[in-house]
Amino acid sequence: MSSALDAVLQNPAVWRGGDCARVVLPSVPTGFPELDVLLPGGGWPAGALTEIHVERPGAGELHLAMPAAARLTRSGRWLALIAPPYVPYAPAFVAHGVQLSRLLLVRTTSAEDTLWACEQALRSQTCGAALAWLDRIHERALRRLQFAAESGGASMLLYRSSRVSPVSTAALRLHVCKSQGRTLVRILKRRGGGLPEPIALDLHSATRTRNRPFPFPPSIAPTRWKPPFPCSTSRPVPPLV
Amino acid sequence: MLWLALRFPALPLEIFSRGAAAPGLLAVAASSDAHAELVACNRKAHDRGVRTGMAVAAASALAADLRVLTRDPALERAALERIASWAIQFTSAVSIASAAEVLLEIEGSLKLFGGLSRLWSRIEQELDLLGYAVSMACAPTPFAAQLFTRSGLPVRIQHNDALCVSLAQLPVDVLDLSSESNALLHDIGARTIGACLKLPRSGLARRLDRELLDKLDRALGHIPDPRLAFVPPANFTATLQLPSPVAEAAALLFAARRVLAELTGFLAATGKGAQRLCFRLAHEGLQDTCINLDLSTATRDLEHLTAVLRERLGRLALPSPAIAITLECKLLLPLAARNLTLLPDAREQAETIARLVERLRARLGKDTVQGLDTVADYRPEYAWRTAEPGARDHGTWLPLSRPLWILHVPRRLEEIGDLPQHEGQLTLLAGPERIESGWWDGNDVGREYFVARSPAQSLLWIFRELRAGGGWYLHGYFS
Repeated sequence: MSSALDAVLQNPAVWRGGDCARVVLPSVPTGFPELDVLLPGGGWPAGALTEIHVERPGAGELHLAMPAAARLTRSGRWLALIAPPYVPYAPAFVAHGVQLSRLLLVRTTSAEDTLWACEQALRSQTCGAALAWLDRIHERALRRLQFAAESGGASMLLYRSSRVSPVSTAALRLHVCKSQGRTLVRILKRRGGGLPEPIALDLHSATRTRNRPFPFPPSIAPTRWKPPFPCSTSRPVPPLV
Repeated sequence: MLWLALRFPALPLEIFSRGAAAPGLLAVAASSDAHAELVACNRKAHDRGVRTGMAVAAASALAADLRVLTRDPALERAALERIASWAIQFTSAVSIASAAEVLLEIEGSLKLFGGLSRLWSRIEQELDLLGYAVSMACAPTPFAAQLFTRSGLPVRIQHNDALCVSLAQLPVDVLDLSSESNALLHDIGARTIGACLKLPRSGLARRLDRELLDKLDRALGHIPDPRLAFVPPANFTATLQLPSPVAEAAALLFAARRVLAELTGFLAATGKGAQRLCFRLAHEGLQDTCINLDLSTATRDLEHLTAVLRERLGRLALPSPAIAITLECKLLLPLAARNLTLLPDAREQAETIARLVERLRARLGKDTVQGLDTVADYRPEYAWRTAEPGARDHGTWLPLSRPLWILHVPRRLEEIGDLPQHEGQLTLLAGPERIESGWWDGNDVGREYFVARSPAQSLLWIFRELRAGGGWYLHGYFS
């Protein structure tokens, strides 16, 4: 009985409400298998707009894009960072495997310029993906970005705050926040329908390797240590008394 | 041999009118005198009753808003030379035949350009882009081709037999003979070239000296008719007079596109690409406005140059309306034509990224579009720098945990009881990592870095200052 049911369910014409429809979409794997299985096409949609809503920096929202960025830049495509809110720290990008010679950093002074730069980058056919930070954006402008991404076949990742309108033309919308030290990714909208449970990713495990008892007691906080001679290297903390 | 003659019947007018999409009523007079005759007028003026041959005063009486310009043979000659330079992209044998005629020997180019009709329509379209109306004719001898364009017949004759038949039907006026000869031919009833050809040669030679016979023989190819080949200049400079002062970016771009089209034709003809362009906008009584376009790679792509210029013009504030545009090409570099490939290759990609960077920089400014690179330095703020996009990166990094975002300037954190605060009390997760470096260049730092978690669960990169002042600072986000 169950095998008969399985056979029916294998039929691609059958769609179950809780599932994401199995659609073949050009996409770039995110590098997180747990996330990939939830996304139609199995990754960041190429030639489409993705919105990532995040309340405050430090939730791992940029980290989410890094494996795909590394893959794109290693394959010779360009990655455009448009209007980043802080300085993209080059050593960290290298550590994530991003090839810096394929990185284009664009700083703008107005939202209008940001949108224009996004459109240019998406339409240029050389950029594999564009990451932009823009909060206030008109619905019509979103649609323009979507068209530009379609025409250039590039992925557009738009970072926005989570206080924005619930309706959007984006192909994929994610909400990223932190919970219990893990990054919680909630899918707000995806092509193919269905809203899965949020998934937790352990992105910052590397930063916790040298754990200390916390909260850090100020009493044993290291005192100033003066090298006996001018010292030009960063050295591990000397034994403290 | 196959000759294509291009005749520009409205050249005296077009050198002024082609700078505007919809110029008003325009006419060109032979001199600045009020009694001078008009030599050309545009369609709008013609519709109001203005005709060539009219006195300026009479034409002004008919149309009060008529703008009468004085004919400038030097400008016409310069325009014709630029057309000839542009035409060298189609054939190497180009010659300026008269004040408004250019001849192209195209037999060797037919195969490359896909046949006569394709070449014909391409030349027509590109001349339209330059802003010139043209009458064209094609014949085995240069003089015959000229005669057909003068009579306005767009014939495409490729064989000598057909040439005789078609030539016979032309009126004798197109031969441009002296008035006595014309009168004599009129008296004996020879109105067409065919009628002249039937007359006995010896008699014609006796009565009309050699003038008529020479011309007929040259037209039919019986005697050689060598033409002086045009040699293009080494540099490109073009001036476009605007029919009326222009201040809007869109109108300026329209005019600039005319000269850019001339430039790209010239570049294609000489096998070069432009890397540095200088547009000078002339104003009345003020100093010229200069727009310099510095491109990262040499190009002769009209659409790309237009796109870059559009962004520059959009940001430009003119002190007063422009009356003329001069385009000067400062740096010409050899640029081979590209082979057609099915799949884009690395070189093509490098070219497109250079174009994207140029477009972005044209609007946003040079310093706002950059690449990134790492520097081997322990101090976090000195471990990165901006670089030219696409430059080889050093890719050095240390196996240390570093945040993806850092702040340009570390932000001082509040402290409560020696503990750093950021939207509440911070929890230290990892550290300390001590960085003491930079005593040699005056930017000495002594810090202890920690990874901290805020009550809102954001991961921060903070440090404690070990030097004078002390205190906690926020330096980055593990985003």
